Amino acid sequence: MSAILNDETKKVLVDPLVSNNPITLQVLGICSALAVTSQMSTSLIMSLALTLVTAFSSAAISAIRNHIPSSIRIIVQMTIIASLVIVVDQLLKAFAYDISKQLSVFVGLIITNCIVMGRAEGYAMKNPPLESFMDGIGNGLGYSLILITVSFIRELLGSGKLLGLEVFQLTKDGGWYDPNGLMLLPPSAFFIIGLIIWAVRQWKPEQAEKVEFKILPIAHGEGGHH
Amino acid sequence: MEAYISLFIKAVFIENLALSFFLGMCTFIAVSKKISTAMGLGIAVMIVQVITVPANNIIYHALLKENALAWLGITGVDLSFLALLSCIGVIAALVQILEMILDKFFPALYHALGIFLPLITVNCAILAGSLFMIERDYNLAESTVYGVGSGFGWALAITVMAGVREKLKYSDIPAGLQGLGITFITAGLMSLGFMAFSGIQL
Repeated sequence: MSAILNDETKKVLVDPLVSNNPITLQVLGICSALAVTSQMSTSLIMSLALTLVTAFSSAAISAIRNHIPSSIRIIVQMTIIASLVIVVDQLLKAFAYDISKQLSVFVGLIITNCIVMGRAEGYAMKNPPLESFMDGIGNGLGYSLILITVSFIRELLGSGKLLGLEVFQLTKDGGWYDPNGLMLLPPSAFFIIGLIIWAVRQWKPEQAEKVEFKILPIAHGEGGHH
Repeated sequence: MEAYISLFIKAVFIENLALSFFLGMCTFIAVSKKISTAMGLGIAVMIVQVITVPANNIIYHALLKENALAWLGITGVDLSFLALLSCIGVIAALVQILEMILDKFFPALYHALGIFLPLITVNCAILAGSLFMIERDYNLAESTVYGVGSGFGWALAITVMAGVREKLKYSDIPAGLQGLGITFITAGLMSLGFMAFSGIQL
């Protein structure tokens, strides 16, 4: 634990990015996430907020983990997380008011984001503060990676912009790109996440789920298309 | 009256918590494998939503809003930043109380919903219902209608999803898309379907 980045810390930091990504593998934290991905700016702020909350709440919970009675631990964790979220919310209102209006209730929903609770319950309760902090950062980054990828695709194809700056010139301004309006609507976020999951699992086949039923003639093949 | 019906329709179809705001997604994906369990969870969410949204509304208007403490003779106090903490506290407490009441008086219902109730505290759809209520400044009657509508909308979405997934497991899906991937794409298609309601004006 003396070196800042020993093997364990490095592992908890890098693992959640692809091989154990909280969104694509553990199915956590999609709740409050997808709705903010129609623009890159909001999703960047959301990623930052969630990463900080996860890291600091994990560190705080881990620091007092030996003093929390297990019967009321959920309430204790909730209170710590909610207090941190209030701080983030107030900071956003003070320094980035427009963004905080666009994020509306979704900053508050970090409280019930399963990533934060999941890391508190699953990692911070059993490990020392520094590792828990790194684990929080790692999982926050894994979440951010997906969020930013989705918002990159949605903003680029949906309005021809990135971070509000024009990349593709739109036809209505005399350019060549006709924006795909569907990209700005909720269904596109589902499709993109589904496709990302598909891509990740094609790349790392061990993440694929077992099939419950197979169609008879190809019952001996794994998945059936080999 | 018309305004309430319109609010209800809007909460169920147009602003469906699950399919247009992506709320309660974790449980939406995890518990939608069988129609019966999905429906059980849906009903539990609806009950909790109907109780917590008006309860939070009363607390917000009586204690937290700017100058809400005027009835105690205290003015100029704005505690609205505590709304997040109080909402989640109220939800956790009410779920606990509901669990005890059901256990004592309606054991059959308790056993049917039992495992889902604790899960509901961390379901973002519930907290979001209360936060939307605060943001949109609903009064008590409106927030009750909104609670019923948004809970029903969520229950409807997860039940339909479970129905689709029960059939889907027999279909031949590429290995990487199996399970989670295809579920997201199905949810996307359902969301597209629900968007067709957005033209409705009452």
